[in-house]
Amino acid sequence: MKRATILLMFVLAFTAACGKKKPATVAGVPPPSTAATAPTTPPAPPPRPAERVEDSVPVPAISEDTIANRSLEDLNRDSPFKPAFFGLDSAELDDAGRATVAANADIMKKYPTWVVTVEGHCDERGTAEYNLALGERRAVAVKTYLVALGVSPDRVRTVSYGKEFPFDTGHTETAWSKNRRAHFIITSK
Amino acid sequence: MNSQSPTSNPQDGARPNSLGVGGWILGVVLAAASVGALLAQATQTPATPPTPQQPSEIQLVISGEPGTPPRYAVPDFLALSPDAADVAKTLGQVLWDDLNFEREFYMIPRDTYATIPVARTAEDVPFAAWRELGADAVVFGTVQKTDANTVRVQVRLFNVRSRQAVFQKEYTGSAANPRLYAHTVSDEIHQQQRALRGVARTKLAFASDRNRERIAGPVQNRDVKEVYIADYDGENVRRVTTNRQLNITPTWAPDARGIAYTSYRRGYPDIFIALIYQGIQETPTNGVGQNWLPIFSPDGTRICFTSNRDGNPELYVMNRDGSNVRRVTNNPAIDTTPTWSPNGTQIAFVSDRAGTPQIYIVGADGLNLRRITTNESWADRPTWSPAPFNEIAYTGRTGPGFDIKVYDLASGDTRQITFGEGSNESPAFSPNGRHIAFASTRSGRGTEIYTMGRDGKNVRQITRDGNNYTPSWSN
Repeated sequence: MKRATILLMFVLAFTAACGKKKPATVAGVPPPSTAATAPTTPPAPPPRPAERVEDSVPVPAISEDTIANRSLEDLNRDSPFKPAFFGLDSAELDDAGRATVAANADIMKKYPTWVVTVEGHCDERGTAEYNLALGERRAVAVKTYLVALGVSPDRVRTVSYGKEFPFDTGHTETAWSKNRRAHFIITSK
Repeated sequence: MNSQSPTSNPQDGARPNSLGVGGWILGVVLAAASVGALLAQATQTPATPPTPQQPSEIQLVISGEPGTPPRYAVPDFLALSPDAADVAKTLGQVLWDDLNFEREFYMIPRDTYATIPVARTAEDVPFAAWRELGADAVVFGTVQKTDANTVRVQVRLFNVRSRQAVFQKEYTGSAANPRLYAHTVSDEIHQQQRALRGVARTKLAFASDRNRERIAGPVQNRDVKEVYIADYDGENVRRVTTNRQLNITPTWAPDARGIAYTSYRRGYPDIFIALIYQGIQETPTNGVGQNWLPIFSPDGTRICFTSNRDGNPELYVMNRDGSNVRRVTNNPAIDTTPTWSPNGTQIAFVSDRAGTPQIYIVGADGLNLRRITTNESWADRPTWSPAPFNEIAYTGRTGPGFDIKVYDLASGDTRQITFGEGSNESPAFSPNGRHIAFASTRSGRGTEIYTMGRDGKNVRQITRDGNNYTPSWSN
C-alpha cells in the first residue's frame, strides 16, 4: 500500500508537469497491443491526463515477491496474464495468440498453486445467442493449448460470456479486435 | 387459454392484479348458440367479415363499409366518481391503443372527437354525431371508485347503425393497474368481433442493464444484467431477478407464470426458472456442466437447452424438473439456440457444422436432420411461429449488422422484414403469430426492444431505459 501511494504521488507530479507543457498531445490512452510483450518489463509510464491516473496506475517492474504477496483482486486488476486475441468468427489461435498463451503458461508454471478461469469473449458482430457458444469454443481452445504446454487441466476453468462484456464498447474494427479475446482471471492462488 | 389472471405475488405487495375475472357479466345480448355460430364463421383475415345469418336477430359482429375495416371510436370513459377521472382517461387511451394494435379495425383518432357531445349515460350516446364522424362502432365506458383500492368498470360496445350494444361487461377489482381492464376488454372484443386471440394481456420478458449496477468481482466495468418483464406495450415494467450478476436469454413458460433464463450467478452459465407469481426459483440442471439458452416445449413439460456437459455445445431435452435428460444432437460443431415446433415434435436450432452458423431442423428424438438456411453467411435465433402460420423467424447477417428474416416452411421461401435500420436480432413471435418482438440498435442509443407485425410494419419501440436484449413473448 505504502509503495502504491508513493508511486501514485510520483505519477501525479509527473503528469501534472507534462500536462502543462503539452496539453494537446496527451488525450488518449494507447490501446493494448496484441503482440506478446514480457509482463515484467512495462515501458516507462506515458504522460496522461491527471484524472485518469487513479484508475490506471502504471505497474512498476514486478518482483516475484511482489506478485506472490498481492491479493487476488490486485493481481487481477494488474494481471501478469495477457489476453489472447482471435480473428473474426474464429476460435483458432494464430501465432500471436499461441505466443501469448505460451507466455501465460510459463507464468502458471512459475506459480504452480494458481488456478485460472479462461473467459471466452466475442465482438458485437456476432449474434448474442451464438456468441455464447463461440466464446465457449475460444476459451476451450486456450485451455487445450495450455494443457498441451504442460499445464494441468485441473488448474484451468473455462467460461463464455459471448458478447456480454466487451472490453472496448466502440463500434470500430479496433474495438472489435480487442473484444474477440480469451481473458485470464486468477481464481485462487 | 389465456384468460387466467395473475394472482398476487407474496414477494411484491405492490403488484396490481386480480382483475375481477369473477366480475360478473351484465349479459351478452344473444343466446350462446348463435354466438358460437357467428364466431365459427369469423376468420383472422380482416377482408371477409362474417355475414349475419338471420337479419331479424341482433347483428353481433359490427362491419364497416364493404371492403373496408369497421371504423371504431373509443372516447374517454365517464368517471362516475370524481376521483376516477384519471383512470377514465387512461382506460379510453389504452383501449384505443390495444384495439389499434391488431390492425383489425380502423381506429378513428381520438383528437377528432372534440365536437361529439359527451354521453352521460348509455342511453344518450349521440349515435347521429358518431355516424357523422364515420364511426361504425363506438365504446361507452364508465369507471367508479367504490373505495380507495377498488374500481368498477362498465363497458359497452355499440353498433352505431343499429344503436344496439353488441358487447357489455362489468368488472370490479384492484385500482392499482387500471390498464389491465382496458387490455381485458380489448382481448374480449377481438375475440367476439374477430374470433382473434388478442395479445393485450400478454407480456414481454427481456434482459436489461437499466439499473446501471456493476458486477462485483475482479474485473471492473462489467454491467449487471437482470431479467425484466413488461406489458406487451412496454408499460408496467417489473424486475424479475435481483442477484446483480449476468442474467440473460429469458423465455416464458407456456402458462405465462414461469420464466427460464441463463444466469451466471455461480460464475458460469446455468439454467434457472423463476416462478414469478410465487417467488420461487428452480434449478433443473443443478450442477451438471454449463447450460444456457433454455426454451420450454409448447406443452410446458420439457425444456430444450444448450450444454457443454459432453465436451462441446450440444442440444439436450430434459423434463421441466430436470429429470430424463436426453441428448438431441451429436456433432463436434456447435449446436445451440433451439426453438420448438408448435406440436413439440421438432426442434429448429443453429449449427456451424457446415462452417458458418446456419439453421437446421431435427426431430425432438434427434432424427431427420435437415438444413433450412442456405443463403446466409450467419443465421441465429430461429423462433418457430405458433399456428396457423408455419414459419421460422431468425436473425441473418446483412452487411455489418443483422436483420430479421422469416422462412416459410411450406413454400421454402424467405422474406426479409427489417432492412438495415440498426442491427436487428433475437426475434420472438407473439402467441397469436401476428407480431414479432426483437432487439434493435436503430434508435442510436444502445439496444432496445421493439415489436412489429409479421410483415415488418407497425414498428413500435417498447423499451427506452438502458440496453435491453433477447425478448420473449408470453402466452
